[in-house]
Amino acid sequence: PALTGSALGSVNPDLASERQTASFCVERLTALLDGGAEQTRIRRAVVEAIESDPVFSRENQYFQTQNERYEAAVRKAVHLQKKMHEMGWTENGPEYKYIYRALSGDVAFLLHRVFMRSISVLGSDKQVAKWIPLATQHKLIGSYAQTELGHGTYLQGLETTAVFDTATQEFILNTPKISAMKWWPGDMGRSATHTVVFAQLYIHGKCYGIHPFILQIRSLQDHSLCPGITAGDIGPKMNFEHTDNGYLLLKSVRIPRENMLSKFCEVRPDGTYVRQGSQQINYFTMTTVRISLISDEVLTPFMKACTIAIRYSVVRRQSKLKPGEQEAKILDYQTQQEKLLPQLAAAYAFHFTNNYLQELFNRGYAEIHRKNFDMLPELHALSSGFKAVITQHCTAGVEICLRACGGHGYSLLSGLPSLYTKILASCIYEGENTILLLQTARFLIKCFMAASAGQPVPPSVTYLAAMKHGKCPAKNKLDFLSPDIYIEAYQHAAVRLTSNTAAKLQDLIQSGVKKHDAWNQCTVQLVQAAKAHCHYIAVKNFAETVEKLETKAGIQKIMKHLCDLFALHGIFSNTGAFLHDGYTSAAQMDMVTASYLDLLAVIRKDAVPLVDAFDFTDKCLNSALGSYDGQVYQRLYEWAQKSPTNQMSPAYERYLKPLLHNTLSKL
Amino acid sequence: MSVNADLRKERAAATFQPELLTHILDGGPERTRRRKEIEALVLNDPDFQHEDLNFLSRSQRYEQAIRKSSLMVMKLREYGIADPEEIYWFKSFVHRGRPEPLDLHLGMFLPTLLTQATPEQQDRFFMPAWNLEIIGTYAQTEMGHGTHLRGLETTATYDPSTQEFILNSPTVTSIKWWPGGLGKTSNHAIVLAQLYTQGQCKGLHAFIVPIRQLGTHEPLPGITVGDIGPKFGYDEMDNGYLKMDNFRIPRENMLMKYAQVEPDGTYVKPVSDKLTYGTMVFIRSLIVGDSARSLSRACTIAIRYSAVRHQSELKPGEPEPQILDYQTQQYKLFPLLATAYAFHFVGAYIKDTYHRISGDISTGDLSELPELHALTAGLKAFTSWTANAGIEECRMACGGHGYSRCSGIPDIYVTFTPSCTYEGENTVMMLQTARFLMKSYTQVTSGQQVTGMVSYLNDLSRQRIQPQHVAARTVTVRINDPTSLVEAYKSRAARLVESAAKNLQAELNHRRSKEDAWNRTSVDLVRASEAHCHYVIVKLFTAKLAEVSDAAVHAVLTNLCLLYALFGISRNAGDFLQAGILTSAQITQVNQHVKELLAVIRPNAVALVDSFDFHDVHLGSVLGRYDGNVYENMFEWAKKSPLNKTQVHESFHKHLKPMQAKL
Repeated sequence: PALTGSALGSVNPDLASERQTASFCVERLTALLDGGAEQTRIRRAVVEAIESDPVFSRENQYFQTQNERYEAAVRKAVHLQKKMHEMGWTENGPEYKYIYRALSGDVAFLLHRVFMRSISVLGSDKQVAKWIPLATQHKLIGSYAQTELGHGTYLQGLETTAVFDTATQEFILNTPKISAMKWWPGDMGRSATHTVVFAQLYIHGKCYGIHPFILQIRSLQDHSLCPGITAGDIGPKMNFEHTDNGYLLLKSVRIPRENMLSKFCEVRPDGTYVRQGSQQINYFTMTTVRISLISDEVLTPFMKACTIAIRYSVVRRQSKLKPGEQEAKILDYQTQQEKLLPQLAAAYAFHFTNNYLQELFNRGYAEIHRKNFDMLPELHALSSGFKAVITQHCTAGVEICLRACGGHGYSLLSGLPSLYTKILASCIYEGENTILLLQTARFLIKCFMAASAGQPVPPSVTYLAAMKHGKCPAKNKLDFLSPDIYIEAYQHAAVRLTSNTAAKLQDLIQSGVKKHDAWNQCTVQLVQAAKAHCHYIAVKNFAETVEKLETKAGIQKIMKHLCDLFALHGIFSNTGAFLHDGYTSAAQMDMVTASYLDLLAVIRKDAVPLVDAFDFTDKCLNSALGSYDGQVYQRLYEWAQKSPTNQMSPAYERYLKPLLHNTLSKL
Repeated sequence: MSVNADLRKERAAATFQPELLTHILDGGPERTRRRKEIEALVLNDPDFQHEDLNFLSRSQRYEQAIRKSSLMVMKLREYGIADPEEIYWFKSFVHRGRPEPLDLHLGMFLPTLLTQATPEQQDRFFMPAWNLEIIGTYAQTEMGHGTHLRGLETTATYDPSTQEFILNSPTVTSIKWWPGGLGKTSNHAIVLAQLYTQGQCKGLHAFIVPIRQLGTHEPLPGITVGDIGPKFGYDEMDNGYLKMDNFRIPRENMLMKYAQVEPDGTYVKPVSDKLTYGTMVFIRSLIVGDSARSLSRACTIAIRYSAVRHQSELKPGEPEPQILDYQTQQYKLFPLLATAYAFHFVGAYIKDTYHRISGDISTGDLSELPELHALTAGLKAFTSWTANAGIEECRMACGGHGYSRCSGIPDIYVTFTPSCTYEGENTVMMLQTARFLMKSYTQVTSGQQVTGMVSYLNDLSRQRIQPQHVAARTVTVRINDPTSLVEAYKSRAARLVESAAKNLQAELNHRRSKEDAWNRTSVDLVRASEAHCHYVIVKLFTAKLAEVSDAAVHAVLTNLCLLYALFGISRNAGDFLQAGILTSAQITQVNQHVKELLAVIRPNAVALVDSFDFHDVHLGSVLGRYDGNVYENMFEWAKKSPLNKTQVHESFHKHLKPMQAKL
């Protein structure tokens, strides 16, 4: 059943008109986001190569079962090897980082890279020389088995055991109880032949804590499970249908002594345990992972959701704003702007935060190479805090985008449910967010104490030493468009929360409460302090970035608006933190609201060009609502026809027919 | 298997009897008994057993749902269950809280026939529909048009020469889209269309349209119908589309109890169109109850699991503690638990009020309808938004395992979240409440008194809300006393209503059109509505305490009520500070008191979710099992996953092996 003449191809006039009035040059902004026009060119070339290859198509993804999704992901992973070879892309080349984005992460063996990285970082030179070539050539497929059924973020709690047997020079691996079963590792349920497994090391009855071991789990010949191994898929999840997250149960599995990754610790043949080198580098690995996930796993889906919701909001018309006129675009409603435009501002804000973290990370990396670990605590605190704050904010943001699209957002064909269920996993993996925020808070309290005692502290927290008891100097609503004014307000709130919590902790300890109890009693406040710190850094960094931007092509002006919106939205949605202790007055808060609402109307005009600048192709968005041409309804209708539910269902013959024909005798 | 030791310990330490609280939630011990009786009828019936739905494809889930729905209709009649609430129980046990393909037939098609069909039409359609020879749905929403009904584009043009209506979907945007049961199940639909007769548009009217051939179930000529494809949830439901091309139906198929078209095409206006509001109020009241139940289910799962799960260390050297002992975990879950209780009581209140007023409607007194309509709109939005976010917080609080389908929370979420959109999009609902608040405010400023839940606005005329006035009252807020907190919420609502009204007036003074001014104030208006609803909820929760006679239950509910009220103040501290209702020092006390209450509620947390009394089958969660044997059962569950059907997956032979051979 086709409507006469598909309208797909020509741009919906409601969307076209939005693009004619852009206040800035979209292509220039895209280049800024990519880090230069040359990067944009490379990215587009990679995307083009991937998207023009039918093996990588995601066209029918929304209709596929878990089994079909898994098979497609494996097929793509295998094909990708060929493609890379064909295109001359290498793991160290400039194209590599764009491949994942072009595939939308819909590919198997992602854990294979984690497997390789663990061996590179934790393995001895000999181990690296043995395993890395095998892995590179895909002679084996690796996974990374850390999390257990009963234990997650807290590594010391893991229960899997590795007992050294001096007689045979082997480790005997066991899952002593059900909660110790490895659970969740990606690629482990069906694909992996090997894994790095984390277990408590026992030598001569003594426990030496958690250590990594290389373990073969499946035959390289017929893929059957090795003796003593029970492994499988953990069952359906909210998303990641394409990944075979797995379980692993070990029953007296023996592996040679050489399979313990031994760059930092070694077990000698006689059972002597030797520790060597600094383990601080381990922290660095976690930091690396946390920072690298922000861009691919969090900002990209968030920007996609903004693109879909904002484009749809200028195509969708609903009710009338003025009598006698056409129904209004829903983006013209203030309440719709209030939902979506702060998300757009946050996407840009966090893009720049990510650049800031990346830069800091690169400096830290260089220092570490010079054996200087001084930057590690700050880097660790910032990466933990921002991982938590950004994943949480963006996850909530994608859900807002989803609901802002009304009923159609609920259809899988909108693309939004999948973006949401995928991004929300980022709040849990690589460290549960509350625990990460408490790590940042621990750093803040420590630095606050040091700063109060006049000791030097890392650059990002020097502000803690400078608690001012002044009042916000703003006199009218325009003053709140001055970065100095709002940065100061954020700084004040962050210092207040940190210093109050530090004082509260000290009070409790002085009144005889044990240190750990006092800490637990302050954790709600500590989390708030850590969030305030990150929010302050994000606002400050956005404002400083804007300062340095080119003034040409309207880029700086529109970024300044977004920065103001990001800052004022944060105040508007958390007024209590700024009114508390009278730093901001009730009258000033009304000015904030007024300025904030004014900004919505200003940014409204550039909303579509601002999402166009993210430069997602239609195939990448895979959304009936968000395509560049805005032919929303036609596309929804055409895509729905492809649904397997529109093939004749056996339910009719089996149940409906007897029901309708009244042959269910009892009716 | 025996009950997990942690859960046993929790239950033994409770300070009250959970059954007593269950009775309060059900509306009396007799209701509890009857509910459990119906539950047992369903759960002990082998006809309603089936494989875990998580492992089935969408088509298979639809098939299971259809199978159970047909049996359900038969058995309801066999057992003689006719009370609407009892039918609701039976249905939600059969379908375990999920929607099903006959929902619209039973919930909209049949009732609409009863209320809007003429006696002649009832003769023709009702019995066949009752016997399921006719299965109908209610086709209102179109692809391009939702909440704003006047924008619907489907047309029904009267042709006096044949005495027929010609139905058309003139544009892509006019295709009916979303109605439940439309895609595959129904053979009839009540279609809402713009009526044209004698060259004039008479607005929206309802028509009974046959869409599939009786006997073959094939779509009729001129009808294009199908399933709209996969969604976030609602896998059991065949939400559908319907496109009509010059499809003719006899004149007698327009529902003509109120408006009529005579054979020559003359249009006869309906007497009153206010009546349709009644149905909307009723459905919205159901959503408030659904918010409470869905949030309760999520809380049950998260709190039981938090008592079973151990993680990290609180005290050096000691075993890993239950995660429920962490303050941050309590801070995530207990306010939601309090919210679930609050919403239960609000839902019960609206239902009672509706029944009271609807008695008046049939006798002609509609005076209370505007307020109830305004209130249910806002409360529908407030409770569904809060529950929607709360369910997700519960899932997050279960860490990684919450993300697995076996936790059951993903299903609760995807089933619940559309209620933020359907039966009136939430922002639009909030603005309806705001419209009523603005009207009431205008009445007060022009010297009239208002009554009901908005009567606090009367105070505004006597005592202008000025910071110093209110500041004078701050000393009177006692943070340990729920009734005093109700007053604080009242002041906040009054302040935000007044501020929105003033901003609206300022916009009107600057701009030409009312609509523009309204739009430019709408963020303020939504905030005012939220504050109003929040006040109503705190007030109703507080009022409920007086009805509780058992001292132990009263004590625990009072703590929940305080937590609900104080947490709301803590989260919205800015509103209370800005209006001068509370000082910074008082806010600090409120924050502190919230944390103290968390510790007070902690020993009763498991008993408080046990009181919701969800059967394991209904809860559908491995993490939330009553016996707490979480890990063993996760393993059992996973073994049934479709990817585990064979020991070596076929992808190995198809893709992996060839790759390894080539490299």
